[in-house]
Amino acid sequence: MAQGTLTIAGKEFNSRLMVGTGKYASNEQMVAALEASGAEIITVAVRRVNLAEMGKGCMLDFIDPKKYTLLPNTAACFTAEDAIRTCRLAREAGLSSMVKLEVLGDEKTLFPDNEETLKAAKVLIAEGFTVLPYCSDDVILCKKLEQLGCAAVMPLAAPIGSGLGIRNPYNIRIIMEAVSIPVIVDAGVGTASDAAIAMELGCDAILMNTAIAGAKDPVAMARAMKLGVEAGRLAYEAGRIPRKLYATASSPLTDLIGS
Amino acid sequence: MQININGEKRQVSEGMTVRQLLDELQITATRVAVEVNLEIVPKATYSEHTLQDEDKIEIVHFVGGG
Repeated sequence: MAQGTLTIAGKEFNSRLMVGTGKYASNEQMVAALEASGAEIITVAVRRVNLAEMGKGCMLDFIDPKKYTLLPNTAACFTAEDAIRTCRLAREAGLSSMVKLEVLGDEKTLFPDNEETLKAAKVLIAEGFTVLPYCSDDVILCKKLEQLGCAAVMPLAAPIGSGLGIRNPYNIRIIMEAVSIPVIVDAGVGTASDAAIAMELGCDAILMNTAIAGAKDPVAMARAMKLGVEAGRLAYEAGRIPRKLYATASSPLTDLIGS
Repeated sequence: MQININGEKRQVSEGMTVRQLLDELQITATRVAVEVNLEIVPKATYSEHTLQDEDKIEIVHFVGGG
C-alpha cells in the first residue's frame, strides 16, 4: 500500500499500528494476533522473573527479534524515580534505548502524572534514551515534551483499556499542529472505526493493547485494526470532502429526458 | 551466605558470581537484566561481579504488556 512511512528517531517503519503484548489467552494467540496486526513495534513490560518457573522459558521465546522492535514500557510506575529505574533495566535487558515512558498518577483512571513524566523524560533523554511518553491530550504538555527532546508524544484518546474511542479529537488535532515530532494516539481505542478516526485526524500512529487482546477473537480484531489504521491513513492522505449542510447531486442535472 | 533475590531470601555459596547465580537458577543471561543493591550489573561483567552477603538482587525480564 502506497502510504508514507512512519519515522521515529530516524528509524523508518511501514506499519502505523503499534500493539501491546499483554492480556492474551496464550503466547500462541499473541503471536497470531501480532502477525495479523502487521505491527512492527510491540510493547512489553519489565517485571521480576519468577524464580520457581524459570525452566519454562519466557515470552521472548515466542517473538522473533528480527521481525519486531521491542518497546519496553514503564507501566505501573507512579514516580519518575521508578520509571527511570525501569528504563535502565529495560535497556540492559533488551539492549535498545527506545522506551515507552508511562508514569501513572492514579490507579482508578490510570491517567498519567504529567509532572513526573516530564521529570523522568528529562533524565532519560540526558542518559541517551529515545523517549516515547504516554501523556494527557494536552497541547502545552506535548510542546514541553517535544522541547525536552522526546522522539514522539503519545497522548491518550481515552483511559487505558476503556475502549471509549477518541474523546477529544480537537485536542489531538491541535497537538498535531503544535508539535513536529510524531503524534501517536496511545490508549482508549475500542474498535476499528476508532482507529480509523484517529488516523483520519492525521495521527502518525496508534498504540493499542486491550482492544485487540480483549476482543472475542483477538486475531480477527488485530486484522480489523490493521485495516482500520490503513483506511484512516489513506483517507487522511487522500483528503476528505468538506462537510456541507445541503445536498450536492452526483449525477448531471442537464440533458434530462423529456427536457 | 544469604542474599535476597526478587524479594526472596536464599542461601548461596561464598564468592558466587552473578554468572554462576544465573546458571544455578537456569536463567538465560541474554534475556534478563540484573541489579545488585540498586546498581545495574552490565552483562559483560557477570563473570567478574562477585556477590556479597546480604546483597539485594533484582532479576527482571520482559513480559506481556501494553
